[in-house]
Amino acid sequence: MKPSEPLLLRQVAAPGPEQEPAARYTHPVVPGEVDLSHGAILYLEDISVSFDGFRALNRLSLMIEVGELRCVIGPNGAGKTTMMDVVTGRTRPDSGTCYFGQTIDLTRLTEAEIAHAGIGRKFQKPTIFEHHTAFENLELAMKADKRVRRTLFARLAGEERDRIAETLQLIRLAESADRVAGLLSHGQKQWLEIGMLLVQEPKLLLLDEPVAGMSDEETERTGELFLALAGSHSLVVVEHDMAFIERIARKVTVLHEGAVIAEGPMAQVQNDPKVVEVYLGR
Amino acid sequence: MGPIATALSRLYGTRGWIVLGAFAVALFVVLPLLSLAVPAGHPLHLSQYWVTLAGKIMCYAIVALAMDLVWGYAGILSLGHGLFFALGGYAMGMYLMRQIGREGQYQADLPDFMVFLDWKAYPWQWWNTDQFWWAALLVVLVPGLLAFVFGYFAFRSRVKGVYFSIITQALTFAAMLLFFRNATGFGGNNGFTDFKRILGFAITTPETRMALFAATGAALIGTLLVGRWLVTSKFGRVMMAIRDAEQRVAFCGYNTVHYKLFIWTLSAVLCGIAGALYVPQVGIINPSEMSPANSIEIAIWVAVGGRGTLTGAIVGAGLVNGAKSFFTQAFPEYWLYVLGLLFILVTLFMPQGVVGVVRRWRTRT
Repeated sequence: MKPSEPLLLRQVAAPGPEQEPAARYTHPVVPGEVDLSHGAILYLEDISVSFDGFRALNRLSLMIEVGELRCVIGPNGAGKTTMMDVVTGRTRPDSGTCYFGQTIDLTRLTEAEIAHAGIGRKFQKPTIFEHHTAFENLELAMKADKRVRRTLFARLAGEERDRIAETLQLIRLAESADRVAGLLSHGQKQWLEIGMLLVQEPKLLLLDEPVAGMSDEETERTGELFLALAGSHSLVVVEHDMAFIERIARKVTVLHEGAVIAEGPMAQVQNDPKVVEVYLGR
Repeated sequence: MGPIATALSRLYGTRGWIVLGAFAVALFVVLPLLSLAVPAGHPLHLSQYWVTLAGKIMCYAIVALAMDLVWGYAGILSLGHGLFFALGGYAMGMYLMRQIGREGQYQADLPDFMVFLDWKAYPWQWWNTDQFWWAALLVVLVPGLLAFVFGYFAFRSRVKGVYFSIITQALTFAAMLLFFRNATGFGGNNGFTDFKRILGFAITTPETRMALFAATGAALIGTLLVGRWLVTSKFGRVMMAIRDAEQRVAFCGYNTVHYKLFIWTLSAVLCGIAGALYVPQVGIINPSEMSPANSIEIAIWVAVGGRGTLTGAIVGAGLVNGAKSFFTQAFPEYWLYVLGLLFILVTLFMPQGVVGVVRRWRTRT
């Protein structure tokens, strides 16, 4: 991975000039690598975002641990999607800090740089490349040198083909590999997008309503897949489907009006009076 | 299969290569023979008029290919591609003006329009333009640099869709006004004309004309193959993905600005080359080439032929310009109506253009 400068700014600015770099850190700082030494993969602190006076996020603070599967719930307009927009660089926060690992300041990076650093995102509405085949969708998403010069001459190596084939198997699209993605069913599109995330080899996956429009059986399998991914990956799942959340959730965060109002195991959160009030018995 | 055979089969299948080969034989063997070896007056003789017309249309076809790469494949509609074409033409025109030497009306060292304006020396823009290699460099560099700088700011600021199209339209209009001024140093509204020689050869002889024609044919085939290579590469797939879902491409880790900038600049350079081949064949370049209507016409060629297919771009340029040269002679006052009607009909009934219709017709039978 190419070291990109903004990642280092935080270290360069802080210490005095007389110290040797090695003396300042108990562990080496590798540019472009996510530093997970403190056990957290994502820190959001006091993030505020306003759109034309509407406060989408109101001093939101959130921490995701390495290997965690976190579910985020909340009524419409609670700021769930905006939170993902901030993490992926689509929206810049008005104030607050947003770090990936210990060292990567996400508010300074572009969407592409954030993707390279290891954050993958699935949108609420499945966004795949409709005119490309399922195979090509995965080919484009797959982790690789994504600069123009390399892409012009890129050819798929044998192991890359294997990796795509494996992923197609996993998302049950092996038979539809050469089918134009626009012709897939809604559930299959959702799976294809999840597959695109997986071949990108992200460390953190943000999944916005991943089971919307899926059949019960597909939802079931998606849950299994997420549980299998947790541990080796960190996942943040935003969902409205409470049955799905109950099945996979370990720790749940409830957002309301742009801030966290409750956090903890599902059973505890469900009985929280503030949460009950927000959902009004829903 | 060797690596070369693999690379060739990626571009076209056997049938495609045979068609392309036949096209090349026609361009480089049959037409030159008909024009040069068959005596004038013989029914098979190919007159200067047809050679020039075909050469001109091939220049337009290169422009259409360049347009299709940015519009049909990357989703960037430019309504200012005539500007890049004209800039390439002007760069070549400067060299051709210097080649006139003392054979102009005033028999002076300077081109006629400078004598007329009472200028005593070449302005700075004309530096070294008596050298062919320098003019050739300008043909590539001027449109390329302008497109790069303009594209950098536009794409970085995420100017998209119709806003981008309008700005390109304004750009070519502004350039036209600039080139209309005598003080700009390119002959004002008369532009450059009355060329005598190119590379020392008299420009109007049938042999020179045929050589220019063949060079244009080679450039067209080269552009087609480069374009085909691009759109069948991973780069091409990324480009089409940007057209369909740019945000998703960015979230996959691609810097879409770099991709758009690359194809945009390449497209402008191709237009510049086409313009440089066009000017010695038609014998004139003036600011009207930069008029907004010209650039819109380029988009119509591509729409008629079929966006997103390279063959379509060539077919569209051929059909529309063929029709244009017929109508402007037979019913000159109706051409613009025909063009407008054509555009409306194609948009309504043939969204994939002529190539799309042929394809649908083929799959049905």
